[in-house]
Amino acid sequence: MTTLLSTHGLVAGYGDMRALHGIDFAIGPGETVALIGANGAGKSTLLRAIMGLLPVAADMVTLDGAPVGGAAPHRMVQSGVAIVPEGRRLFAGMTVDENLRVASEHAATPQGTPWTQERVYNLFPILREKARTPVENLSGGQQQMVSIGRGLLAQPRVLLCDEISLGLAPRVVREIYEVLPQVTGQGTALVLVEQDVSLAQRASQRLYCLLEGRITLEGRSGDISREDISAAYFGASHALD
Amino acid sequence: MHWIEGIVQGILLGGLYAQYALGMALMFGVMKIVNVTHGDLVILLALIGISLADLAGIGPWSVLATLVPIGAAIGWLLQRAMLNRVVGNDPLPSLIATFGLSIALQNAMLVVWSANTRSLPGGGIQQASVEIGPLFVGVLPLIVLICATLLTGGLDAVLRFTRYGRSLRAASADVEAAAMVGVNPKAVYATATAIAVGILGFAATFQAMRSTVAPADGPFQLIYAFEAVIIGGLGSVWGAFTGAMILGVSQAIGFRINPGFGILAGHVVFLAVLAIRPQGIFQRKS
Ligand SMILES: Nc1ncnc2c1ncn2[C@@H]1O[C@H](COP(=O)(O)OP(=O)(O)O)[C@@H](O)[C@H]1O
Ligand SMILES: [Mg+2]
Repeated sequence: MTTLLSTHGLVAGYGDMRALHGIDFAIGPGETVALIGANGAGKSTLLRAIMGLLPVAADMVTLDGAPVGGAAPHRMVQSGVAIVPEGRRLFAGMTVDENLRVASEHAATPQGTPWTQERVYNLFPILREKARTPVENLSGGQQQMVSIGRGLLAQPRVLLCDEISLGLAPRVVREIYEVLPQVTGQGTALVLVEQDVSLAQRASQRLYCLLEGRITLEGRSGDISREDISAAYFGASHALD
Repeated sequence: MHWIEGIVQGILLGGLYAQYALGMALMFGVMKIVNVTHGDLVILLALIGISLADLAGIGPWSVLATLVPIGAAIGWLLQRAMLNRVVGNDPLPSLIATFGLSIALQNAMLVVWSANTRSLPGGGIQQASVEIGPLFVGVLPLIVLICATLLTGGLDAVLRFTRYGRSLRAASADVEAAAMVGVNPKAVYATATAIAVGILGFAATFQAMRSTVAPADGPFQLIYAFEAVIIGGLGSVWGAFTGAMILGVSQAIGFRINPGFGILAGHVVFLAVLAIRPQGIFQRKS
């Protein structure tokens, strides 16, 4: 596998509190990698650290083999890394169209077929109808679609998705997951942080499990057993049950 | 007649207040930065302009054309060197930092220009007036009002319809999320403060032409700008414009009731708005 983005002994935290203790993670072009783990395991922290939202040493994150750790988030976007953040984080007071435009106006140079607002509207037709609506008036699922659209319009080579199914109806979750192959189909790598373990397993080729800031399991999603996952997810004490 | 004249005078005065208020609407309303030096910068620019006119022998319109870029440069520097370190959702750090700077600026201006009041010669335009219906209206106040209207409309259009305006609104809605889609918030903020202080170049020129300036006058301009922005409602430039009009009219009418009551009437209206509609007249309750 060629590596597009990787982390090397990545440590990160908040003030004196260390949340990640040496993470080695890698993803290749077009690959979908799931990141699972209990609440507080450090999944969001890892995505934030990669994105440059938390201070990390330069050589802890590499993109195309070059050290990029700790670069400002807008620089990471320019080099082709984008994030669909936890909690959607849309720009309140601005319309769907404006939210998407901010992203496309500051995007990286597209590698393959560029993402356009038109293509995003084709993925999520409801957004075309809501183009002039302020984002705070959308349903949770529609807001998530805007957030994903914003991520795509950054023209990423790696898209980091943080719990995009959280709080959504199963039908909407299905709708969102159904479009993901169209994203990876053009070579974009996807990191999926997901609470729903079986959904994560089905949607990804490989997965990592995090527990208290350490990787406790890594492998091909199809090959990993339920038992292995629950041991890695809850820690060794629970695996004995 | 008496009252109509008062209202017209108030609106004309509001034109000047709107020029103070626009920059503050941008900094306080959009970026959540409290810039206590706002008024001192008006005075600093005015004093620079007066000295320029004196030393280089240039007219008021050349002074204006010089002060706007000087103001923009000062604003850009202020943001880069100081305010970008304290910007955030909490306005308190910016208040404390610029409070210190305000005192330092006033003292520095006192050293350079002394406490004397000065004004900018306008080449006769201060005395000119036109007859509109039954009223005689000063040409200069009318120019000030027209400039204020154009500046407000221009700024509003920039915020709504340009790439830059969208990036500034995105950063003010959620600065981290803006960075996550590729916006460089520090550069966006530096440009915003450059625009805000650049507009003060207009305010400074007109203030110095209409009346006088002295190094310690800044706090008045600061208060008027602040009151206009609060009356109109945070985050809306037309709101700040209207707030400035309301403030100007309140002062002018108060002055007609009793010359000593003019400034106070403005404060009373400000407090009344704060009590009855704390989100400002144009702001929806969030
Ligand atoms: N802003 C923050 N300040 C302090 N601690 C935080 C912050 N965000 C997360 N943490 C802590 O970091 C650890 C990892 O959190 P997080 O990465 O959000 O976990 P996950 O996304 O896997 O649920 C947790 O112990 C959490 O309490
Ligand atoms: Mg999380």
